[in-house]
Amino acid sequence: VRFGVVIFPGSNCEQDVIHATRLLGHESQFIWHGDTDLSGFDAIVLPGGFSYGDYIRCGAVARFSPVMSEVMRFAEKGGPVIGICNGFQILCEAHMLPGALLRNSGLKFLCETGPLRVEDSVCQWVDLPGGTIVHIPINHNEGNYICDGETLKRLEANGQIVLRYCEADGTRSPGGSAPNGALDDIAGICNERGNIFGLMPHPERACDPDASGTDGRPFFSAIVEKLAEVAG
Amino acid sequence: MARYEIFVTYKKGIFDPPGATAERALANLGYEGVRSVKIGKYVQLEVADGPNALTRVREMCDRLLANPVIEDYRIQVDEKDW
Repeated sequence: VRFGVVIFPGSNCEQDVIHATRLLGHESQFIWHGDTDLSGFDAIVLPGGFSYGDYIRCGAVARFSPVMSEVMRFAEKGGPVIGICNGFQILCEAHMLPGALLRNSGLKFLCETGPLRVEDSVCQWVDLPGGTIVHIPINHNEGNYICDGETLKRLEANGQIVLRYCEADGTRSPGGSAPNGALDDIAGICNERGNIFGLMPHPERACDPDASGTDGRPFFSAIVEKLAEVAG
Repeated sequence: MARYEIFVTYKKGIFDPPGATAERALANLGYEGVRSVKIGKYVQLEVADGPNALTRVREMCDRLLANPVIEDYRIQVDEKDW
């Protein structure tokens, strides 16, 4: 499987994604934000960072990069796209995923590895059973997910909520378990079809046992299996 | 040439953490009776005159300067020749 990792001016997690995917035995290549040729790529990753200095709003400028029209076309055809952290913000700004990411409610940049609960969802990027608890680092200032009530109902009904912040035992605190104030403790969502996945945590940083554990590995291996099924 | 001043604020019901913090800080400074502090963005543009100038500025707001999912904006036009 060939992962394409898009670099925007200000991206800073692209090397981590390349390292993680290669460690898992896949080919992966950088794609410059000005490029418009995605042929030969099986899955696209929008990595974390501070594209365009987070000016105007996080992801607001990057979404108009030339490569993004191609990423949209790729996703419309069913191609798998994952947006991590700033990549999630870009997907929301591009309206490829609903809602938006506001500044963390505590006004603090968060850098921690908290528990996350995998939900039963239609997401093609995750095949862990609902209720699985994973530990994956978060690292952001604007991860406070918000959407209107109708959208939240739709996300829930369609199985589009993929990951939630939770307590150590997997339960959710009545006062909210999201360290950033995210609505309904949402850490990651996907589109209805399940091929576009956006999340604030960084699974690529939890793939190498020499770094922060290996809980992030399934977030890259599930899509590989899915692609193999489609190809087979 | 006209100057457009654009005020971007969060939509009603969207929690504005910097605004809430400023509100608490003002209370701590002893200013009583201050409520609903909102912190937003200010954008100033000068745009060449044309039949669609205001429509174009609105489009710029909808596409880039504001995010209609979470933000409202108000445009103030100053027609004075810049």
